[in-house]
Amino acid sequence: MIKGLQNIGDYFIMMNKVMSRPEKRSVFLKQFNLEIMKIILSSIGIVIIISFFIGAVVAIQQYFNLSSPLFPDYTIGLVTRDAVILEFAPTMLGLILAGKVGSSITSEIGTMRVTEQIDALEIMGINSASFLILPKILVSVIFFPILIILSISIGIIGGWLGGLSVGVPTSQFILGIQYEFIPFYVTYSLIKSIVFAFIITSVSAYYGYHASGGAINVGKASTKAVVYSSIIILIFNYILTDLILSGISF
Amino acid sequence: MIEVKNIHKKFGDNLVLNDVSFNFQRGKTNLIIGESGSGKTTLLKILIGLYPFDKGVISYDGRIFNEMKLKEKRLIRQEIGMLFQGGALFDYMTVEENIKFPLTMFTNQTEEEKIDRVNFCLKRVNLENQNNLLPSALSGGMVKRVAIARSISMNPRYLLCDEPNSGLDPKTAILIDDLIKEITEEYNITTIVNTHDMNSVMQIGDNIAFIHNGEIWWEGNKEELIHAENKELHDFVFASKLFKRLKRNS
Repeated sequence: MIKGLQNIGDYFIMMNKVMSRPEKRSVFLKQFNLEIMKIILSSIGIVIIISFFIGAVVAIQQYFNLSSPLFPDYTIGLVTRDAVILEFAPTMLGLILAGKVGSSITSEIGTMRVTEQIDALEIMGINSASFLILPKILVSVIFFPILIILSISIGIIGGWLGGLSVGVPTSQFILGIQYEFIPFYVTYSLIKSIVFAFIITSVSAYYGYHASGGAINVGKASTKAVVYSSIIILIFNYILTDLILSGISF
Repeated sequence: MIEVKNIHKKFGDNLVLNDVSFNFQRGKTNLIIGESGSGKTTLLKILIGLYPFDKGVISYDGRIFNEMKLKEKRLIRQEIGMLFQGGALFDYMTVEENIKFPLTMFTNQTEEEKIDRVNFCLKRVNLENQNNLLPSALSGGMVKRVAIARSISMNPRYLLCDEPNSGLDPKTAILIDDLIKEITEEYNITTIVNTHDMNSVMQIGDNIAFIHNGEIWWEGNKEELIHAENKELHDFVFASKLFKRLKRNS
């Protein structure tokens, strides 16, 4: 309990150091571009593959679950659309990226810590927390929503092809994805993705920044980062859903 | 000159440094020697503000370091060059980028001026034309020399070295020792070397502090060291048969 409170305190102390003005704008922009490559561009492949297959599987499952004359074929498109927009793209992808991006951030910063590269930055008079972590957080918060839009699009394409494979006509599927579409669902999904992006990068960076010892401890820190960011994402998923959806009447 | 007065440091209940006072003189190679675990690295990290301490005063040429705010400490740190045990080169940067990094962060030099300075520093450590290598392609001795080049790139007033010879063959170790001594005398800087390598002590020890169980047990220079009567120092210095023989012959 005390250890947990201490971790929360340390996290906020670190975030206070992170949220300071970059020392040199040109160096910050270089770091920012580097992080776009490392965090976002390197994740596009996995986002496309996972979104496509999950979309297809959701459509096929719904087809067999709802195979009754009472449910028209367009229901498959409708259910796939809502499942992908509301839950799969922001939350599932958030959990997947917590594994991929989170562990990579923790290992990178943790290795820099144990090889004294972070100490070297501090000795040079540089705010190491801000220098290393701020670009990662900003890149994630700005570009994760774009990954989510990509994921939604690919997920629906996957659903269409999955539906076709079990005999749902394209016209019915398109009717389904247009039927009673609520644009606010996309906003809700993007709000969640921004919050999850912040959680993934800041929690992972915290565990890397406070790593100590050697390679084994960096490995342990990476595992902890993935576990805790996943748990925090699930808790915030519940809170945000309750706050955003329950308070709005459509 | 760097002065430390009455430094006390505890880790939990463990007293690591007890009333340590010493003057590290300008233009001389000041050595902190002692067994592993005696408190040498802790003292060095306290000197640069990486560890907080419980009691005492640290001053850099009369400027009281421990009373400064973080921003003021960062300004002092820009005057310090630090050579870490493992080199602590940024592994995603080339040799040139590593040396150029502090210049980019803290000066308004043009790219041409920075490259000139990088080449000058590389020449100083006998590593001309190695600009584009990554740290992973360097040998242990080369890593240390690039780290020295980086630490002198900003014309530091103070040079701190943590076990600069660890992991090096005797010939490269002598090269590094000579380089440190030459740079100290050439630029008239205050150099502190933390070591337990007796070859280094005999080679470059202008002003030596022997730490045992967290206390300074002996002070002097390399000539006085040979004839010192202190038992703990004697046990440490003459632990090897070679040095015992040297003493007998002296």
